[in-house]
Amino acid sequence: MAENLPEHPDFLWRTPEPRRSYDVVVVGGGGHGLATAHYLAKNHGITNVAVLEKGWLAGGNMARNTTLIRSNYLWDESAAIYEHALKLWEGLEEDLGYPILFSQRGVLNLAHTEQDVRDSVRRVEANRLNGIDAEWLSPDEVAKICPIVNVSGDIRYPVHGATYQPRAGIAKHDYVAWGFARRADEAGIDLIQDCEVVGFETDGDLVTRVRTTRGDIACGTVALCAAGHTSVLLDMLGVPAPLQSHPLQALVSELLEPVHPTIVMSNAVHVYVSQAHKGELVMGAGVDSYNGYGQRGAFHIIERQMAAAVELFPMFARAHLLRTWGGIVDVTPDASPIVGHTPYANVYLNSGWGTGGFKATPGIGWCLADTVAHGRPHPYVAPFALDRFTTGALVDEHGAAAVAH
Amino acid sequence: MTRVDGYGRVDRTRTLRFTFDGVSYTGHPGDTLASALLAHGVRTIARSVKQDRPRGVTAVWSEDPTGLVQVEEPFPEPMLLATTIELVDGLVASSIGGRGRLAEVPDTARYDRRYAHCETLVVGAGPAGLLAARTAARRGDRVVLVDDRPAAGGSLTGTERICGRDALDFVADTLAELRAHPDVRILLRTTAFGHYDDGFVLALERRTDHLAPAPQGLSRQRVWRIRAGHVVVATGAHERPIVVADNDRPGIMLAASARDLLHRYGVLAGRRVVVFTSDDAAYDAAADLAGAGAEVTLLDPRPVRGDSRSGDYRRSRGLVLGTGAGPDGAISHVFTDQGELPCDLLLLSGGWNPTSHLFSHVRGALRYDAELGAFRPGEALAGVTVVGAANGTFDLAGCLAEGRGETPEPLPRTNLVLWRTDGDPARQYVDLQRDSTVADIARATGAGLRSVEHVKRYTTIGTAHDQGKTSGVLASAITAELLGVPIESLGTTTFRPPYTPIAFAALAGRERGQLFDPVRTTALHAWHVARGAVFEDVGQWKRARYYPLPGEAGGTEDMDTAVLRECAAVRRDVGILDGSTLGKIEVRGPDAGAFLDMIYTNLMSSLRPGRVRYGVMCGLDGMVIDDGTVLRLDDEGFLVYTTTGGAAPILDHMEEWLQTEWPHLRVTLTSVTEQWATFPVVGPRSRDVVGALAPHVDVSAAAFPFMTWQDTEVDGVPVRLARISFSGELAWEVSVDGWHAPALWRRLIALGEPYGITPYGTETMHVLRAEKGYPIIGQDTDGTVSPQDLGMSWAVSTKKVDFIGKRSFARAENRNPLRKQLVGLLPLDPTVKLPEGSQIIEQTAELPPPPVPMLGHVTSSYRSAALGRTFALALVKGGHARIGERLTVPVGGDLVPVEVTGSVLVDPEGTRRDG
Repeated sequence: MAENLPEHPDFLWRTPEPRRSYDVVVVGGGGHGLATAHYLAKNHGITNVAVLEKGWLAGGNMARNTTLIRSNYLWDESAAIYEHALKLWEGLEEDLGYPILFSQRGVLNLAHTEQDVRDSVRRVEANRLNGIDAEWLSPDEVAKICPIVNVSGDIRYPVHGATYQPRAGIAKHDYVAWGFARRADEAGIDLIQDCEVVGFETDGDLVTRVRTTRGDIACGTVALCAAGHTSVLLDMLGVPAPLQSHPLQALVSELLEPVHPTIVMSNAVHVYVSQAHKGELVMGAGVDSYNGYGQRGAFHIIERQMAAAVELFPMFARAHLLRTWGGIVDVTPDASPIVGHTPYANVYLNSGWGTGGFKATPGIGWCLADTVAHGRPHPYVAPFALDRFTTGALVDEHGAAAVAH
Repeated sequence: MTRVDGYGRVDRTRTLRFTFDGVSYTGHPGDTLASALLAHGVRTIARSVKQDRPRGVTAVWSEDPTGLVQVEEPFPEPMLLATTIELVDGLVASSIGGRGRLAEVPDTARYDRRYAHCETLVVGAGPAGLLAARTAARRGDRVVLVDDRPAAGGSLTGTERICGRDALDFVADTLAELRAHPDVRILLRTTAFGHYDDGFVLALERRTDHLAPAPQGLSRQRVWRIRAGHVVVATGAHERPIVVADNDRPGIMLAASARDLLHRYGVLAGRRVVVFTSDDAAYDAAADLAGAGAEVTLLDPRPVRGDSRSGDYRRSRGLVLGTGAGPDGAISHVFTDQGELPCDLLLLSGGWNPTSHLFSHVRGALRYDAELGAFRPGEALAGVTVVGAANGTFDLAGCLAEGRGETPEPLPRTNLVLWRTDGDPARQYVDLQRDSTVADIARATGAGLRSVEHVKRYTTIGTAHDQGKTSGVLASAITAELLGVPIESLGTTTFRPPYTPIAFAALAGRERGQLFDPVRTTALHAWHVARGAVFEDVGQWKRARYYPLPGEAGGTEDMDTAVLRECAAVRRDVGILDGSTLGKIEVRGPDAGAFLDMIYTNLMSSLRPGRVRYGVMCGLDGMVIDDGTVLRLDDEGFLVYTTTGGAAPILDHMEEWLQTEWPHLRVTLTSVTEQWATFPVVGPRSRDVVGALAPHVDVSAAAFPFMTWQDTEVDGVPVRLARISFSGELAWEVSVDGWHAPALWRRLIALGEPYGITPYGTETMHVLRAEKGYPIIGQDTDGTVSPQDLGMSWAVSTKKVDFIGKRSFARAENRNPLRKQLVGLLPLDPTVKLPEGSQIIEQTAELPPPPVPMLGHVTSSYRSAALGRTFALALVKGGHARIGERLTVPVGGDLVPVEVTGSVLVDPEGTRRDG
């Protein structure tokens, strides 16, 4: 399994100067912004588009996530969008013409308490009724799929079983983003880096221009895809939204011979782990509790995560922590995203993905492009409207998300 | 052998034996695996990860990009640099190809953690750091001095003089002075690997690997958590190579590393040496290696000047353009602009990069110094000082001055910034561990990439074990050159902790196995164990789940049998439960009632002393987060019972509201969970048992009504009795301080014996409460359930002006009649027990294709002794209106028909409550 990575294409994207006007301005050149651009061009033939990125393309959470892809969410609304994304992942390498190393190696979500078992059975049954592959496994069956997990009874929180989604997997995050970027660029879309949005010019309920560090840009429609910095943009528009930005840390080990054939996630012994193609162990855990826009966190979070990793995988004791880093996740009160209309008629919002953003990338890109093209929320994103915090129609995924937000 | 007499500080009077790739060698105390192998002329010790090319030792310490090996004995550990493995007798190691192998056997070593607090932390015990530590110690500071190598002195080789003395004597004297200070802690073999805000530095101390055998009882590694008022970064600099074609072969090294090998270990790494440098420092290496007997040729692209260090070596103006190899793949000659030169060692030196990681970890900005050809710390950070080579001050006098806190006159620069020479870019390696070349960078820029972060990800430069210590700045420089932009416009990639790789187990520390999370036990734990209880984890608590009796066939009862027996005994006679884990919070102050009125959905301030009230708490979204009883102790005091799992979160929740939203309220909150042990005594005969325990208390229904409490004494010990029932039966909760709990419990058991008192566990408690339709928050609710959904509208005040969650009850969706509501479910087949978590769908004989609309799920499911059948609680859409309907529960491949009922299945009239 440990392997050298495939070559990148000889050409990725141009470095254009921003034009003075675009039909669509996508704010945020991360995975979601780039995927939206790609599907605007591919599905809707909309190519007079700029993607504005304040730093380097896909340098935010797209470069910082742990690359896990799954669709085994509890609620119908979540399952629909993540399963839509997973189906797109299954054809994405071909669509993008890029070796994104999508590897469907399955995900185990471990249960360590009686309540974990109840919640797991509930989610498996819901997944199956929604047509999503899901199984409940006994500890012995867990050990067959991932022999290095400690399923013995002599640990603090023994493994009572696990849910298993065989179609879940990992992909190489940078390659995914670059694949989308290259396709968007080929379609004539301008990917503009080092271009920070600093304000908006409005006329009634329309945004007419986007002010940037590289000049003002007139816009037909605006799609906000700025993840943890969405709240900053919404402040510029005077739109309140219930978003909290937290640091979320992740880490890798050095390169190791293959030992870990799948993905393992645990909430009670809090860590999630996979082994990337080259051989490094990639891990994450919970968010840092305080709010902030700094892309780094506190070290005790890492220490606790290491304790959890060694507890579940005793053989990791002398693997070495090579690098830690942080992203900024935007978290909502119900741990589900906010997508769709804003009080401005030509501004669409896409935010609040918390820890789920990477796996949703093609799905949300597809749906947001459709939303922009048709001027109404795509059915898969309609349940995630901002006004649900007023109506109370929440999609509360706290119990089912990988990470306790 | 390349060991040179008269050089080095290894102890040659003692011999250590070790094995590398199956071959036995010897070395000496003080050696590293790398120095001992080089002493035997072993130059190839690894293979590269992508191209499988031979690799040797390139640098002498943790910046080495190439010499990764696998240790096999004394314990398997992957991916260690041979240069940082201290040699011990019996060491077994092997070469690897860029990937390590994890041990199949458990690591039994112990790892631990300590804290240190000081005014001044000095990282690096080289000349600058030593003087900084001495200055701070003389000032009276508490000082911590850490250095990652086994000995202090940093880059000092012993050839220098400080204050007229041998430099190493100066080091020894300074250390001795520091050691004499009571408040100075010196930690060698300790790597400061992470720097966080407010002077927080993490350091790893390696305590036993250099000792063979490792002493028992000593932790192998220790993480120091150091909080310093001031952090002095004196971490030196890393030498930077010049990139030439085929610069990855064994036998190619940084110049100062070869010099260090000679002076520290007495190892002459080559006999025919070519030094290629554009910086004066490498002249010392040339002179010293020549002095030790090597034949040295130095090539420098700069015009020959007369003031550099002389020695017995040839020197000419020139460039190395490439290298050639012998049959073993190691260097055999170099190609220069003047022709070919045979050699067995090529030393490269293009200048120095300040080791500014710890400055960068806390977001210190680096600025490019064009004269140095390096990034050095820019604008100062509060609480952080960077001194010596880490600050770009490379001369000894300047380092000493900065260590003393002075600002030295900068010396005139004589170096030439040279990143690479002409040659085939595909053979010019930038990151030797990742086999990444100048051609790879050119491909990246050709693909349109303009950011060093993109180039890093495209080429993988800087992603290996060394995180670009020698390659990072080169990559930025070559990218800048290819793009035709100034290097300062690109900067570097981000420095992130840890500075060097750290074993997972070291960071896990003692938090493994049973210490992964504290185990909390009640005061009665020993009794439960002796009684044969089966335990379940509830948060950190171990709770008795049931007490199996010996079975008929010699084993013990299974859970179903034991729980049916316990349930029947409680409803027939009397049972006793250890409920001590329930959270308890004493809420006290003139505004305690007003505070609880905001926290609970129902009114609490109106509760009179001596009375008990059940209450529900919601979050802002109007969903239930906890429930429990509240005892009014006196005018200003309430005792709040939370669920077991809610004890800490609810206290946090209350404190957050109190401290951030209602700081004007005069209320204090005190957790008393562990101060009170609580035992419900439950069942028709509970009055007899409690009456016998407290003969002075009138326990009649009239004198001691439901939802009241009284204090009494038993043998002089204060005991609290409260008429609270979580089963529908006549019941008292008996509370006593934890110290007296075992005696009181045993007394209750003895007093209850004539009435058949039966200890029961959490499982029976769950069945009994479910039979009455009492929800367990967190099991029958999931954060999406309102009090109304639970059929508890009666617990939501309509009079209070405000409370947490009130506004949300007015939202449209909260009033939707199709919300999920708590109901009972009876499988039509009374022997079928539904798995908890099962989904519920409309009645059907055949499962339709997905997506199948779901109506809700089974939250609790049991066998009931009282009902003589199975039953379940469930959340069902519009459930209250569906009572009497039939639905379907898919279980495995089966479709189980069920009937919806009310949630109260036993004694719906409440006749049993008063006995």
